[in-house]
Amino acid sequence: MSKASTEQRSIARQALRLLGVVVGMFVFAIWVMPPLYDAFCEITGLNGKTGGQYQAVEAAIDTSRQVRVQFLATNNESMPWQFSPEVASIKVHPGEEVEVRYIATNPTGRTMTAQAIPSLVPFKAAEYFHKTECFCFNQQALKAGESAELPLRFIVDQDIPKQVNTITLSYTLFDVTAEFALAQAE
Amino acid sequence: MAHGPAKGITRWLYTTNHKDIGSMYLWFSLAMFLLGGVFALVIRAELFEPGLQIVDPEFFNQMTTMHGLIMVFGAVMPAFVGLANWMIPMMIGAPDMALPRMNNYSFWILPFAFSMLISTLFMDGGAPNFGWTFYAPLSTTYAPPSVTFFIFAVHIMGASSIMGAINIVVTILNMRAPGMTLMKMPLFVWTWLITAYLLVAVMPVLAGVVTMMLMDIHFGTSFFDAAGGGDPVLFQHVFWFFGHPEVYIMILPAFGIVSAIIPTFARKPLFGYASMVYATSSIAFLSFIVWAHHMFTVGMPVAGELFFMYATMLIAVPTGVKVFNWVTTMFRGSLTFETPMLFSIAFVILFTIGGLSGLMLSIAPADFQYHDTYFVVAHFHYVLVPGAIFSITAGVYYWLPKWCGNMYNETMGKTHFWLAFIGLNLTFFPMHFVGLAGMPRRIPDYSLQFADFNMIASCGAFLFGAAQLLFVFNVIATIRSKNKATDEVWENPEGLEWTVASPAPYHTFTVAPPIK
Repeated sequence: MSKASTEQRSIARQALRLLGVVVGMFVFAIWVMPPLYDAFCEITGLNGKTGGQYQAVEAAIDTSRQVRVQFLATNNESMPWQFSPEVASIKVHPGEEVEVRYIATNPTGRTMTAQAIPSLVPFKAAEYFHKTECFCFNQQALKAGESAELPLRFIVDQDIPKQVNTITLSYTLFDVTAEFALAQAE
Repeated sequence: MAHGPAKGITRWLYTTNHKDIGSMYLWFSLAMFLLGGVFALVIRAELFEPGLQIVDPEFFNQMTTMHGLIMVFGAVMPAFVGLANWMIPMMIGAPDMALPRMNNYSFWILPFAFSMLISTLFMDGGAPNFGWTFYAPLSTTYAPPSVTFFIFAVHIMGASSIMGAINIVVTILNMRAPGMTLMKMPLFVWTWLITAYLLVAVMPVLAGVVTMMLMDIHFGTSFFDAAGGGDPVLFQHVFWFFGHPEVYIMILPAFGIVSAIIPTFARKPLFGYASMVYATSSIAFLSFIVWAHHMFTVGMPVAGELFFMYATMLIAVPTGVKVFNWVTTMFRGSLTFETPMLFSIAFVILFTIGGLSGLMLSIAPADFQYHDTYFVVAHFHYVLVPGAIFSITAGVYYWLPKWCGNMYNETMGKTHFWLAFIGLNLTFFPMHFVGLAGMPRRIPDYSLQFADFNMIASCGAFLFGAAQLLFVFNVIATIRSKNKATDEVWENPEGLEWTVASPAPYHTFTVAPPIK
């Protein structure tokens, strides 16, 4: 009988170990993969995700070359706001801090909250594009019919590769009024 | 042991017998196969001619989605688990599965999962309509309300698969008859051992991805929602991290079945047993590092495209080893062409065609043209229908005399084979052409230039469907027949399952058999 009971114990042990793998993979899928993916994207600049707020450091301005920065504005799905950059593109020297503005108008009859999500091409330029101030760091609330100028200050890094002459920065505006209300309620 | 099956319905509800549970899995899978087939015929009927005739586009999308989900999770996977339940204990000389009560649970939660999934067809807003790959945000922001039922159905199916897989691993590792070393196990057992490990590793990831969807939809998280800082591309990464091993889950047991059948009818031992084991393991390993070849067009860096392209192409090597071994097993054998052998030979040929179109798809620059066209549909149906479905059919014909003790009708079996073979090729071969010419998948209407090939494909699909009715009739007729099979059934087949009586007694190998 002892042989049978060792077999039973071994079965139970292995089944528990496999169950552990199952739980581990579930945790991996929900709590490891998404942050890992975000970190991976931030390091490689994949998906054009730009970083958070940048602390300007003292650096020489490279006046020998200019990089063209183009600005795009897109409304996500049924977002009714008027949303556009003040200028379509500017030329900047690497290392120079520049301020541009986007203009947003809420034409509806109710207060709405928006969130702008940036994306930048070429991807390899994402790590050389530093924002010292950006409206995308916060949600923007506008009352009915109200307009606002949304500032963006950025520096193109002096170390940006020579072959990058044009950077296109795109903001997509999402309607987060419902989510914002939910967050307020909590 | 004169202990027989209990009487009445409770025999099936409470049973812990691996043969009963195996049979229930197989019947369940057959029912789902026929239902998924009906959905496929709705699709093909609509595509018979260009324009919208039979169903509206919204319902068409529900049909493509439900066809995929039911065939993958309801037909193919339970059929393989059913075969595993029936055959693995008999192949390794064990009296039953290691965890018989869990075996009962893992089957009986399946009907609930699929009732839930199928009931969505009758709900307001209709069934899931976002394709079986349920990409976010189609399956989150734009999903019909029934998506929540879909999510819980997938959770239950996943739990069932995980329990089944754990059971199979512990059975194989603990219950083998003394003397049956790992390298003496039949290949069906080997391929299932590896498949079960794949299931344990990736089904929780599937559960994870649907859980994230659930939280995005109902609890205000933003895993896949760019507005909240998430990313819909993340969905594709997590899904295909599950999805690619999943396609091998649906093919590795098929390799095992075919490796059992071909030697029997070639009357030669399997060529290259050890290389088969190593090839299967390599395929399983590679399946974890190729997932992004499903998403070449999402905007990956060139280095990523190249890595996933070369890693994918690498899979052709172990697969080629397997095809070589099957062909070499048949080479100079005393071949006879009974129904299981016909299906197995068709498997080798057609699966190779599907593998070759897979190689074409793996070329990243070319994939930008093939992506989301009917060429992809042709590819995966060429690996799944002759791959999974033909091998399961071959396995049923091969082992059915052992299960029920009666011989099936060979003429009817061969007729089934030829109808299915012709129907399959008529259906899916033209899809290569329309796909290369640019016909997108998952559409209810198409340009006029695709009309002829689509009409051929639709005719083939109805022929294939009719052939399956012949199969169902043949199986039922065999069970009720008086034409007794011998204990060996075939001429000198290899394996312990042929050493027991036909039909296999309710309890086999209560005393471990001697292993040569």
